[in-house]
This record gives sequence, structure tokens and C-alpha cells, in this order.
Amino acid sequence: MSRLSIVTKSNAEQTVEELYKDLERRVSASPPALCPVDLAASFLHFCHAQSCGKCVPCRIGLGQLESLLGQVLDGTADESVLPVIEKTAESIYYSADCAIGSEAALMVLKGVKGFRDDYLEHIRHGRCSCTQSQPVPCVAGCPAHVDIPGYIGLIHEGRYDDAVNLIRKDNPLPAVCGMICEHPCEERCRRTMVDYPLNIRGLKRYAVEHEGTVQAPKRMESTGKKVAVIGGGPGGLTAAYYLSIMGHDVTVYEQRKQLGGMLRYGIPAYRLPREILDKEIEDLKLAGFKAVTEVSVGNDISIEELKKQNDALFISIGAHTDMKLGIEGEDAEGVVSAVEMLRAIGDNDYPDFSGLDIVVIGGGNVAMDVARSAVRCHAKTVNVAYRRRKIDMTALPEEVEGAIADGCEILEMDAPLRIEKTADGKVAALWIQPQIAGPVKWGRPTPVAASAEPVRIPCDMVLVAIGQGIDSGKFDEFGLPTRRGRIGATDECDIKGFDGIFSGGDCVTGPATVIRAIAAGKTAAANIDEYLGFRHEITTEIEFPGIRFDDHKPLGRINMKERPAAERRNDFKLMECPMSDEEACQESGRCLHCDHFGYGIFKGGRVTKW
Amino acid sequence: MVNVTIDGKMIQVPEGTKILDAALAAGIQIPTLCYMKELNEIGACRVCVVEAEGYDRLLTACNNNVTDGMVIRTNSKKARDARKTNVELILSQHNSNCATCVRSGNCALQKVANDLNILELPYEKDLPENTSSREFPLIRDNDKCIKCMRCIQVCDKIQNGGIWDVVNTGSRTTVDVRDVYTLEDSKCALCGQCITHCPVGALRERDDTDRVLDALADPDKIVVAQIAPSIRTAWGEAFGLTPEFATVKRLCSAFRIMGFDYVFDTNFSADLTIMEEATEFLHKVKNAENEKFPMFTSCCPGWVRYLKGHFPEFTDQVSTSKSPQQMFGAIAKSYYAELLQVDPSKIFCVSVMPCVAKKAECAYPTMKDDQGSPEVDVVLTNREVDRLIRAEHIVASKLEESELDMPLGIGSGAGNIFGATGGVMEAALRSAYYFVTGQNPDPDAFSSVRGMDGWREYKFDLAGKELKIAIVNGLGNAGKLLTMLKEGRVQYDFVEVMACPGGCVGGGGQPIHEGEEWAAQRAPVLYQQDAADTLRFSHENPSIKAVYKDYLGEPMSELAEHLLHTDQHGWDMP
Repeated sequence: MSRLSIVTKSNAEQTVEELYKDLERRVSASPPALCPVDLAASFLHFCHAQSCGKCVPCRIGLGQLESLLGQVLDGTADESVLPVIEKTAESIYYSADCAIGSEAALMVLKGVKGFRDDYLEHIRHGRCSCTQSQPVPCVAGCPAHVDIPGYIGLIHEGRYDDAVNLIRKDNPLPAVCGMICEHPCEERCRRTMVDYPLNIRGLKRYAVEHEGTVQAPKRMESTGKKVAVIGGGPGGLTAAYYLSIMGHDVTVYEQRKQLGGMLRYGIPAYRLPREILDKEIEDLKLAGFKAVTEVSVGNDISIEELKKQNDALFISIGAHTDMKLGIEGEDAEGVVSAVEMLRAIGDNDYPDFSGLDIVVIGGGNVAMDVARSAVRCHAKTVNVAYRRRKIDMTALPEEVEGAIADGCEILEMDAPLRIEKTADGKVAALWIQPQIAGPVKWGRPTPVAASAEPVRIPCDMVLVAIGQGIDSGKFDEFGLPTRRGRIGATDECDIKGFDGIFSGGDCVTGPATVIRAIAAGKTAAANIDEYLGFRHEITTEIEFPGIRFDDHKPLGRINMKERPAAERRNDFKLMECPMSDEEACQESGRCLHCDHFGYGIFKGGRVTKW
Repeated sequence: MVNVTIDGKMIQVPEGTKILDAALAAGIQIPTLCYMKELNEIGACRVCVVEAEGYDRLLTACNNNVTDGMVIRTNSKKARDARKTNVELILSQHNSNCATCVRSGNCALQKVANDLNILELPYEKDLPENTSSREFPLIRDNDKCIKCMRCIQVCDKIQNGGIWDVVNTGSRTTVDVRDVYTLEDSKCALCGQCITHCPVGALRERDDTDRVLDALADPDKIVVAQIAPSIRTAWGEAFGLTPEFATVKRLCSAFRIMGFDYVFDTNFSADLTIMEEATEFLHKVKNAENEKFPMFTSCCPGWVRYLKGHFPEFTDQVSTSKSPQQMFGAIAKSYYAELLQVDPSKIFCVSVMPCVAKKAECAYPTMKDDQGSPEVDVVLTNREVDRLIRAEHIVASKLEESELDMPLGIGSGAGNIFGATGGVMEAALRSAYYFVTGQNPDPDAFSSVRGMDGWREYKFDLAGKELKIAIVNGLGNAGKLLTMLKEGRVQYDFVEVMACPGGCVGGGGQPIHEGEEWAAQRAPVLYQQDAADTLRFSHENPSIKAVYKDYLGEPMSELAEHLLHTDQHGWDMP
């Protein structure tokens, strides 16, 4: 008789493990606009299956909850069912022996609170309030609603010009987005249910790199209407591009030396090479808009004056001011904001950090841009101090990993306390207070000061990347509604009470992504056109290739490779390597074409104009 | 061209050909259910799945193109099993009490299930409750709906109605009205196109045949029938009869067997409509500076409902003339009651229409006689009439012809063509020409307005005045025209609109032929009848002359206004 045995997995256990993985991927690729009550009921069913069955609340209670939710869904319950659901769930939460029961009950409670209207709609009218207006997950996920399955299909056929021109129908910055888009389109890619999401951003870059000469877009008949775009960033350029095509006379006013906004003055060249940005801007200008630089609206020309000279204004000034840490010693020489440093780099004014010890404060993408730029400016050491854990950083994980590979050190759970100055007022050190991960709030643990002594990090410079503000003072004075600097525009980009003035992008939402700014520019263009009394349609004549058939056999995702860290950390040249022809062909072949297969062929699969 | 092999047959078809069509070219009919060519190619039912060499998973034939070198098997074990399973699954959520279903014998699901030899169901039945009103002219049975989505497609793409939509997700996904909760609260035009495009019995008109049978059994009632123009193109289809055989006179015999007291012709009141509407139009033209143009025809209640629901700002521009159906009812319960010397309340007016909206129209508060009773008591669709013939065990193929009754049983060829798109306009132009010039034109002078295109426009010279007219059919086209008018991009004097594609010959109350549109083949029947008629002008109809001489006076007289015109604002759309 053996006393012990080694634990090995049975075939069933191994299969279940695989199914867990399948389910995980499936959940992450959930289509948009599903009935939340139906989902809650099915989650509950799964939770119940996880019950060991020992305790009453979990064994019986979860089942009864499920049956109550079923009554709601079947329209057989009246509103009195809601308090019963809540009381039952609360009792399960309070009395369940372990988390299997209590957390399942909490999920139900969250739902009853979070989508109570859907519960009521089911009870009163036997239906759900959700509507599937955009069923293609990538198109729904892209703020600009680019026809992704369309251009992926064209790439697969080798029709790169058509692919990029199809992108331009909804997003006139394909080269920029091919390099730096945060690709929300990939988040719910249905291919994830099979294996992994498609590398949509990489394929876009590939298409742009294989495009021939960019042709000037065909302009519609001149309308005689004048539009001024304030701010030459991605949002402003997008609006200017489409409004010009629609036949309006557009002028972009940019206060800095060059166009591009945060694309130039926020994103370092190793991620978005200047020659690519410059070419993209030149291509955009083919639409025929005018641009004046180094003119600050509100200072060099009044808003009233501009309003008088034009039929409509689009304000897209971005979020370009720095935020203060509010700690002692912040005024020390050597404390530089990310905005300040990246702005100088934008105009090719590269600092020399040779021999310097640098600390970057922040955990977002800008903090990584600053840290990695500092490495490239020959800093001796670069530490990134962040008050939460590394995994809580808002920067993309690949950016964090890249920074570490470049040689940056991440100091997690370290909150800046004060900056120590030398006698002549220069940065001597950053004092940090070690933190401990505390209660979870909004999905992230709140950092709490640990019972540990402050730590001194000697350094020569502190680079502050804790967010950006909006310089909307002049617009506030003009009378536009602003809230903490943000301009109060609607989702339609108009401003209540100010006919003919539109606004969008970072200056409305706070610092966000390029593609959201582009979406705002597109929205503004459509609504300005409408405001001016027109209904010009931006459309495409590109013929779509035939649909490929596919058995959905799992296949690896082609990820983008980067130049070796030891090499790339010494220059500002493009860090990311291109996709090869072979890779692009395979990757584009993984697209499941949700425009054709599934709900897309019935509704919303292909939007050919806007 | 691409080469494909289907079930061992090698054929060449143009690139971009659907597997379904390629198979047809090879003489192979792949079963379908949700599919409707060009309208609904969404592969929802998965009945048309086939196996293509090189692929593990099956492909739907209705919406996938063949590729060069493709080898397809339409009936491999895998395809056959999946097809059968899918039909069994559909049946598990379908009320298959075929014996009591209006579509029994004309049901795509019944056919495909029978064809596949499905004799037992391996699944439990799971039927939803029926929630729709039984009173509204259009009834939907949830427990029969197979979610093919055709009703949504025809309502959205062809009729621009936006009434139906998919609601809910997952297992509770179903079809229901969009934005509101009941059909009665929706802007449904009641064109009935969703009914004629439904492959099963999920959508149907309210059956009013029992009310007719009750009236026929009532000795105090004088039951009169009026038969709409387009009925004579189609009523025999359900019995396999040609329109040459299934004439209005044979239908008249069927009504006589059923016990109708008098059988009349809506062609008569179509002529009456021309007299009133053409006069109204000419008045407007004379008074052009104070009138808004175009004037719209008012004979199609689906169109009037659509306009009032979606573009209420145009309501004033709809002709005040009642539709032929209502003019008939108004005359039957006044002039004709006087001729018979009976109280109008004794008359029970049954109207035989290719239309579902007519059922709503006859119940409007504005469509009542002087005693407050409806001018038209019951509207039967062509399908209900066919069912009535069967219920009365009348052998349609053995019917003899019998003459319609006088004086309301005579109509001109001009009235006859009302049943096809452009017919009202052509009839109106024939008489308008006479009214303006005092001379009849060549009866075929305006035949260029015929056709099946959805939106046609013409210019005519009417005694020195150039008239710009448009003819649209299908509410989607009507919506486009109204939008363009609103934006000032088009201009017309007179516009004819028919809600259904092709006009009444394609009406939502006409016989249903699964997967086929029959309007284009029914319309010529009306034109042939018109050409063969000796009476081709509404104003020459002797009964029309008589009704004006003996009763109404002249078009738009006070009495004519009272009986034959209406306030289009007199009732509301939701």
C-alpha cells in the first residue's frame, strides 16, 4: 500500500483545462450589444456549476437565482421579482461559506444595479433594449469605424492601393495609425475565439508600406463655404481633409512650427518616424486645404475675428499643457515635464542626457515615451517611478516591456514624495514613499503608503509624465463652456448654444488616442457639412474581393518584431520591424470576415458611405 | 468564367456566381428556406449547406460564390445530415399544426421538411407565446416565425418602413416591431409585403371570411361585392387557373353561388375616382399660385398611411378624393340604396382587394355613411376570397361566366388598369385630356407611363401646359421621392404612388408564390383587357354618366364632395 502518489491530470481534467482557455478567449471576444440579463443568467449558470455543493446558499440559492432570472427573461415575472432577486443574492453573499457562492451572488447584484433598465424592459415588455447596430467586432471597436474586413481582404489579394484608399474613406491617417494606433479594433476580434486576435495594426502598416503613389482625392464642387480648423493635430487634419473633399474652403491654424500636433510633439520618432509623418501630412494636403503655422488663435487672431471670417469653426487644440506633481522641490532645475521634452524633440531639438541619472514619474504611454527617449538621449540610468504596480500601468504592456529591454528600470509601488535640491537649486534626488497595494477601486488597487521609510533616489533630472491638461483659457473667455479645461462639446462635436462652432479630440475628452481624435475629426466633418446645408457623402468605389472560405484551424498570430534593444536604444530610428510578405499573407488570411459570416451579412456588415 | 464540379457534373459559370445558381445551371436544385434572391441572402437557416472539397466545414449555397476548380457535393452525408438537423431544429420551435395553418400547402418549411422525409422530431417542442393583437389587420404568430428575417428585409430594403427588427439576442432572439412594442403603435403602412414574403404562416391578414358568411346568412342584409381591378389577374392562381380562364365573370359566379345579392366592379368606382381626381387636379392647376405641388394620388391606403406616418408634412398634398373602394361604398350606401329603395343600413358592402391596408382604411372614422356606419363593411384579400371559394366547396375550374350586376358593375379599361403601377396616372391623363380639350385622345396616347421601374417620370403637354409627372411604386421609392421633394431636388405636378412593388398586382393581399414576385406577369393581363375593351375612358362609362346626371350633378359638386372626398387629416397614424 503506497502512502502517497504523484498528482497527474486525467484526460477529462486536461480537456476541462483546455475548455477553460477556450472560454476565456471566448469571453474576451464577446460581440457587442448582447442582452446583459441573458449574459448574467448564463454566467450564473457557470458559477453554479463551479459549486462543490456542500453549502445551502451556493448549492440551492444560485439555482433559485437562476430560475428567477429565467422568469425575467421569459417575461413571466412582474417587478416584485427584483427585490426577491436582490434579497436572495444578498443572503447568498452574506452566508456563503466561500467565494464560489459569495462572488457569484455579487455578480448578480452588480447586474441588477448596473443594468436595472434592461431587467425592467424584460419584465415590462419581454424584450431587451440592446440593438445590434454594428455587428462586426473590429469595425465596432474602431472609433472611426474603418472597414477593416474590407481592407484586410484587399491586402490578402495584394491590392494595397485599394486597401489604403479604403482606409482613407474613414481614416485619412493610415500611415500614422499603421505605426502607432492603439488598435481597439483587435480587442474583440472574433478570431480570438479560434486562437488569437488578428494583427490588424500590423497589416495596416504593411499595406501603407506597399502602397504606390498617393493620388489627390477627388474634390467635390466648391461650396463657397469657409471653415477654420484650430489645431493641426490628427483631429483637425482629419476634419480639414474631409471638409476639403466635400468642397469647402478650409484653413488649418496651427500655433507651433509644424503640423501634426501630438503626433509630432508627443510621439517620439522611434515609434513614428518624422519622414512618415511628414509624408502623411503632405498626402493629406492633397485634399486642398490651406494651413498656416505659428499662428495662435486667441492671441495672434481673435476667436471673434475667425468666427466672422468663416462659416464654421472646428476647435481641435488637443491637450498640450503639463500637469504639476504638487510636491516640494518641483521648481528645481532639472525637473522637466514630458510635454516640454517631447515638444522640443518634435522640432528636432534633441537634449543630451549623457552621464545623467534620470527618474521618470508616471506609468502611462507618455512616461514610457519619455523614458525610452531619455535612453536614446544617452542617459546613464533611467528609472521609472510609479506609485502602483507595474501591471497596473496604463501604458501598453509591450511599451513597458520595451522600455525595460531598452534598459529602463521600473520602480513600482513608489510614490514621489519630494524633490531634494542642491544648494544651487538643481535636482539632487527624488525621495519616494514605498507603497502597498490597497483596496481595489475601478479595477485597480489603490496605492497606500507602506510602513516603510522614504527612500532617496539620487538623480540629476526628474521627468514628469503624469498627464496633460488643455490650454482652453481663450475659448473659455470667449464664452464656450469648459470644465476643468475640457471644452464642452457633444458626441456630435457641436457646442450647445454656439451655432457653427464645433470641437472634438483631446481638448474635449482629455488626453486620449489618435484614432479617437480622428473619429472626432470625421464626425465633425460630417456635422459641419450638414450644418452648412449640405449632405456630401464620402464613399468608395472599390470593388471588394471574393470571400475566402476557411475551416478555422488554429494558427499563430504574426506579432511585430522589434530591432534588438542593444541597437535601437542608441537612435531615434524606427524601432519596429515590418511584416514580411509571407507574414502579411498568412496573417490577412486569418481574418474570419465577420462582414460576410455571421450577423454582418444581414445588417451593418459593410458601410460604404457616410 | 470558372469551372466547377457539382455532384459530379462539370460546368462553367461566370465568376461571382453563387453556388446555388451554379447548381441550378447544372440542373440541381439545392433546398433553401430563408433565402430570397437579392432580398435575403443571409444564410440564416443553414438549409442550403453543401460540402466543398478541401473544406471540413460546410458552406451555404445561397450566399457564397463558386471559386475556380471547386468540387461541390450537395448531398454528401455531412451536408444531408446537417440540412436535416437544421430543419428539425427549426421545427422544434415552429408550431407545426399545419391542419389549422393558413399557409398549409403553400409553406416553404412544410415543403422542405416533407422533402427531407422528416417524420419524427428528435427534439422537444419549445414554442413561444403569441402576443400580437388578433384585431389588427396584420397578425403575427410568434410560434410560427422561423426568423428567416425576410419580413425585416422587405420592410427595410423595399418598403423603407423600418417596422420589423430583430429583438433580443441569444436563445430569445426574435422578430418584433422596432422602437415600439405593438404593431398597432407602429407606423406600419399595412402594405402586407411582409406577409407575401413570409415563407411560413407567421404573418397573415386578419381573416374576415366569417363576417361575410354571417352577413350572407342574414336575411335582412343585402350583400354586395365589389371586385378590385387586380383581382382578375390573380384569383385563379391558387387553383392553377390562368387569368384568361379565371375571369372576373367566373369570380362573379362564385360569389353568386355563395349567395351574394349583387356583384359589382371596383372598376366602376375607379372611373368615378378619375372623374373626381382629374377634376381636382385641373382645379389645382388653374389655381396654381395658391396650391402646393405635386398633388399625390390617394387611392392606395398603404401609401397614404406611409406618407402620414413618415412624412406628415405632405398630407395636404394628397388628393382629397377617396379611394375607389371607399367611393364604391359611399355610392352603394347612398345612390344605390335609393335605386333599390332600401335603407342603406340593409346593404352590407364586401370589398375584394389585393391589399391588407384596405382593411384598415374601411374602418377609419372618416369612411362612414350618413348614418355613421362604415361605407365598406368587410374587406377580403384575394387570399381570403380563394379560401372562401374552397370553404364553400366551389370547383373553380368548373365555374361558368356570369355578367356582373348593373349599374355598378361596369367599368372602363381605364379603371381596369388601376391595378398596375402607372394605371391611375394613365387613366387620369386620358380623361384630363378630354376635360381640357373636349376631345378624346388616342386611348394609348399615354401608354409610355407603363412599366415596372420603381420611379418613372414623364412630361406631357396638356393643351399647351407642360405637366411633369412621376409614378412610383414600392414605398422605398416613395420615401426617396419625398426626401428629394423635401430637399427641393425634384419637382412634379402630379405623382402617382402605389405602396406595393408593381402596384396592386403585386399587392400584399395577393396569392403568395414562395420565392417569386408575380407583379410583372400580372400587370399585362390588365393592359390586354383594357386594349380589348370598347370602353376606354372613365368619362364615357355610361354608369358614371348616369350617376352624375341622376345624382351627383358634376364632379366636385357639393354632394360629390360630401360623398366622394375626405379629410386626409381626419384620422391619425401613431
